[in-house]
Amino acid sequence: MPYTQIQRLALVVLRITIGWHFLYEGGVKLLNPQWTAKSYLLDSGGFMKGIFEWIAGNQSVLAFTDSMNAWGLALIGLSLVVGLFTRYASLAGVFLLLLYYLSHPAFPGIEYLFPSDGSYFIINKTLVELFAMLVLFAFPTSHIFGLQRLLKSKKSYLV
Amino acid sequence: MSTEKQDQNKSKLSRRDILAGLAALPVVGVIGYGLLRNKADAEKRNSSLLSDIKPEVQNGIPPLIIGDTLRVGIIGSGGRGGYLMKALGFVNPDRIDEYTEKGKTDKYWVQYLNDFREQEDLNVKITAVCDIFDKNAEKAIRAGANIHRTGKGSKMGDAPKRYATYKELLASPDVDAVIIATPDHWHVPVALEAARNGKHVYCEKPLSWSIAETYEIRKTVKESGIVFQLGHQGRQTESYNVARSLIKQDVIGKISLIEVCTNRNDPNGAWVYDIAPEANEKTIDWKQFIGQAPWHDFSLERFFRWRCWWDYSTGLSGDLFTHEYDALNQILDLGIPHSAMASGGIYFFKDGRTVPDVLNMAMEYPDRDLTLLYSATLASEKNRGKVIMGHDAYLELSDTLVINVDPQSTRYKQKLEQGIVEPFKPIFSYVPGQGAVDAVTSPTEKYFAGRGLLYTYRDGKAVDTTHLHLREWINCIRAGKGAQPSCNIDQAFEEAMTAHMGTISYKEGRRTYWDKEKEVIV
Repeated sequence: MPYTQIQRLALVVLRITIGWHFLYEGGVKLLNPQWTAKSYLLDSGGFMKGIFEWIAGNQSVLAFTDSMNAWGLALIGLSLVVGLFTRYASLAGVFLLLLYYLSHPAFPGIEYLFPSDGSYFIINKTLVELFAMLVLFAFPTSHIFGLQRLLKSKKSYLV
Repeated sequence: MSTEKQDQNKSKLSRRDILAGLAALPVVGVIGYGLLRNKADAEKRNSSLLSDIKPEVQNGIPPLIIGDTLRVGIIGSGGRGGYLMKALGFVNPDRIDEYTEKGKTDKYWVQYLNDFREQEDLNVKITAVCDIFDKNAEKAIRAGANIHRTGKGSKMGDAPKRYATYKELLASPDVDAVIIATPDHWHVPVALEAARNGKHVYCEKPLSWSIAETYEIRKTVKESGIVFQLGHQGRQTESYNVARSLIKQDVIGKISLIEVCTNRNDPNGAWVYDIAPEANEKTIDWKQFIGQAPWHDFSLERFFRWRCWWDYSTGLSGDLFTHEYDALNQILDLGIPHSAMASGGIYFFKDGRTVPDVLNMAMEYPDRDLTLLYSATLASEKNRGKVIMGHDAYLELSDTLVINVDPQSTRYKQKLEQGIVEPFKPIFSYVPGQGAVDAVTSPTEKYFAGRGLLYTYRDGKAVDTTHLHLREWINCIRAGKGAQPSCNIDQAFEEAMTAHMGTISYKEGRRTYWDKEKEVIV
């Protein structure tokens, strides 16, 4: 069933805003050679705390994680903004956001050094963004609004 | 076929397709602009601010000097003595089992035990113990024998010998160095005897209980040539070293005021310690406890909570102000103040104690054009921080360090006008390896950690500052040739005299002065 105009608009705006957020976050990290997730990882909480602290404590693993994270953010963001391979990007985004959530879950009784920007119980903004990303996966729009539309047409033309 | 037709239709890119396909590209441009701006701003700030600030951040700790096993005697093995033994690598096997048991429900203790087991082996043997309370002595003997850092039932090493008096211990040829963790009124008598016997000394703070003995111990330590370290483990706190290097570079401008404080609000922090059920006149050598203090009949309260009485203690000035003072002396080479004025009272803990639970002191340094203010309460945990106030900026210090710019600064005037720096906003902060703060739980521990007294971070790993402080002392002993630790007898002398000036001022209700020439308090 094709989207209605308002559905299309809402989905495209959601895709571009999340993409914007990811691309900017990734870009800032890529442009700052000093950036590292070390302190964020050391501040982890919840049941997977140990794993994240291990990453932070292991220089080569940390360097790898840092670069995967920054490039991951930037490429997922770029993909969502320009509308190309957005379904893969959405899944990768869900995975990244899940890692962020698991390192800093909003469980009662866990306090973090980095203060939270609001009051959360289990659900926080990371999780909301994660589920929004899932919506993008379920309702793709790049074939309507995005580079995918050109690619698809071209591909069909060649076939 | 209808699908083929559809494909045919799609095969040609309409203007509509191209528009819809490329419409989002300008968004990438906007984000790109945002990123470049962000980078340019950051570079502008960094290049103009950090170009003239070069903090010296110590990279790791110096290597442990290899040498013969150091044979250590413990004099006073109560709470602090036990902690010092742990920092040397020795814990009673019962405690190890206790940590293991607690670790089953609380991961903090698993980490605690792991950290202890991973603590560097300093090549030390505990050969002698002296404590006038049987239970403490027995605990220390068991800890000293626990060379493999294991629980009950595992293989132990040689048990240290217990001595009835410190004099007998210090006469023993099996002892190279001693740790003194007695009540304050015993620090100097024990340290004097140790120095005379050529034993190296790690003495808990404050150096002395009375003024007269302070001169004597300085003279004796210097003549004996032993390595003396006073137990201000804050000397090992990295942020203090960074602060010293920043102030030397005039980052905060002319300093006129320094504010430090003590804020505690629990019985333990107010020295109301538990009384051990095993304690009685038979298990405690009361006469030896009294020592140079005025005679008092046997009292369990006085024995366990000795910090509450002037008879054995130096009160807030000697016990807690000295931590703050020594940190500042380390950072600024303050020395002994020109004058001190103190006031306060027993306002909360009306439990028969003679030392105040609220104390305020103003110490003047006219030759440095600055005042050192100390304010303490044992009945509120509102932390007022440690702040060094300069004309150009103020430096807030704990285990982290933050420098905020003053809006009226001369040095940063141009940068303020250009908007490169903002008033009251941090221009420099130093956070050593953020994470492991979570290993600190009790209010007292948190208090200490906040002040860098319990843990410090080297390369992001939590390290016990007491361990580092003992390690430095041991390294100096092994290095020989007059090597001096960071809190040596001269620093200790300054610490003790400064604390005494405050105490006398409080007790006598008058301003006290330091006569620099004659080295006397008047």
